[in-house]
Amino acid sequence: MVELDLSVVWLTLKLASVVTLLLLLVATPLAWWLSQTHSKLKPFVGALFAIPLVLPPTVLGFYLLLLLGPNGPIGQLSDTLGLGTLPFSFAGIAIACAVHSLPFVVQPLQNAFEAIGKRPLEVAATLRASPWDTFWHVVVPLARPGFFTAAVMGFCHSIGEFGVVLMIGGNIPGETRVMSVEIYNHVEAMEYAQAHWLAGGMMLFSFVALLAIYIINHRVAQRGKR
Amino acid sequence: MNQILAEFAIDRGDFQLEVSLKLPAVGISALYGASGSGKTTCLRAIAGLERLPGNVCVAGQVWQDDDAGIFIPPHQRAIGYVFQEASLFPHLNVAANMNFGRSRVAASRQRIGESKVVELLGLEKLLKRSPAALSGGERQRVAIARALLTSPDLLLMDEPLSALDKARKLEILPYLERMHDELALPIIYVSHAADEVTRLADHLVLLEHGHVKAAGPLQDMLMNHQLAGLFNDGASCVIEGVIDQHLEQFASELKFGHFRLRLSQQTNPLGSNVRCRIFASDVSLCLTQPHDTSISNIFPAEVVRIDPATRPGEKLVTLRLDQTHFLLAQISSHSVERLQIRPSHHVWAQVKSVAVL
Repeated sequence: MVELDLSVVWLTLKLASVVTLLLLLVATPLAWWLSQTHSKLKPFVGALFAIPLVLPPTVLGFYLLLLLGPNGPIGQLSDTLGLGTLPFSFAGIAIACAVHSLPFVVQPLQNAFEAIGKRPLEVAATLRASPWDTFWHVVVPLARPGFFTAAVMGFCHSIGEFGVVLMIGGNIPGETRVMSVEIYNHVEAMEYAQAHWLAGGMMLFSFVALLAIYIINHRVAQRGKR
Repeated sequence: MNQILAEFAIDRGDFQLEVSLKLPAVGISALYGASGSGKTTCLRAIAGLERLPGNVCVAGQVWQDDDAGIFIPPHQRAIGYVFQEASLFPHLNVAANMNFGRSRVAASRQRIGESKVVELLGLEKLLKRSPAALSGGERQRVAIARALLTSPDLLLMDEPLSALDKARKLEILPYLERMHDELALPIIYVSHAADEVTRLADHLVLLEHGHVKAAGPLQDMLMNHQLAGLFNDGASCVIEGVIDQHLEQFASELKFGHFRLRLSQQTNPLGSNVRCRIFASDVSLCLTQPHDTSISNIFPAEVVRIDPATRPGEKLVTLRLDQTHFLLAQISSHSVERLQIRPSHHVWAQVKSVAVL
């Protein structure tokens, strides 16, 4: 039996859960705005929040490090608020992961909101539902598969986060050392058995999560056909 | 007066709309016109779903007044809206769909009860079903019920039957007639179907290219010779009466005013209201009372006026049966001259066929 540091797995799951929650809170209003707006700013905002899709994590990590660092504007803000500096802390990598995974959560939500169309919102309005009421009682139930996809994508993407974590968090056991970093450490140290356990586990987890999304989307599509 | 007033004016270049609607606060008012005439836009603007420059006042309440800066959002207007497609919420069953609006209306404002609506629209057996398990006609009935249950001051219907086939349409029309007869609720009904309008409307607004071409009570509009081509299926008038008796030989009789109209056998019970449409081309004139004719509906009438018909060589003769009942006859100019038919002459009108609506 190989020796496995379960605290790494635990830390990774904790990070992914916190990031997913954070992302749903931030991405839902953003995706809703993008799906409803006719503003000229829409393509700019859309493109801005899609940048993490194409940018190398090191570039993103580099700028986040500057922003969050003791001399960056966010670092100084967190310092004045007495929160300390964010780089090389759990909060720091959570924020960095959230930024990097944002498009993976915004896009399924935005697609789900856009697929609902204008009509159910208009129907709800003629049935005395305020926009806020409509959002909770019509939009959220109708977009449920979108929320599920968004949450799974955000979670899985955060679990596999490597470059950004390394740039912002480094390699601190119990604080910022997550599974992907640990795999890197194991491979560097030629500990292939341990690397296999972690890497294989992540493969399996990713497959199961994606399978769940595909099954649910397939079911929704079938229901739509009837 | 508790009229419904709506005025809109907008010029978007390719689309112009300038209408001023004054509609009665009772009965069904139809907005009739070709597609692109602006009727749906008007309806959406009255509901507040679309914001056009203008004013809206319903049942004494101001919903929009641009000068005063008032625009009540749609969810705060006491409207019911029935869209062309039923648009039921797919995540809710029939009962929950119907309850969606009702639960958001204060109990003190609920005038139309659920049991009444369920009975009126024949929904008893559908309440637990999901929208996906309903036929198109059933869905539209649920959508109408859902709108009614908000106890609106005004029901807006945007071509509610146009997405349905003929059979489904005929299935729903009687329900609409019952709503008209049993609920004291003004309805604005958008349609481009002459049969629906003649069957349901009390008041008619004719829209053309974003302008009101003519408006008035249905019968006045039909009798207006300048609007002879109003419905492209020919000049006609509408007779509204009560099924008075069922005769032998597969016939029924409709009583209107002091007159009786013999119809093919009707399934409606005695005493039910029925509308019939009589096309001018189905009415011929005699100077003396004909006895040896196969036609059974013959009425003495006075010629009111003679106008050119839409077809050259033909005249449209307006006939008065009594103070409130009129007929139109379309005959050739040649016959008018041959029989010397002139206004104030007394003639006999033979009605060859009657379309029961």
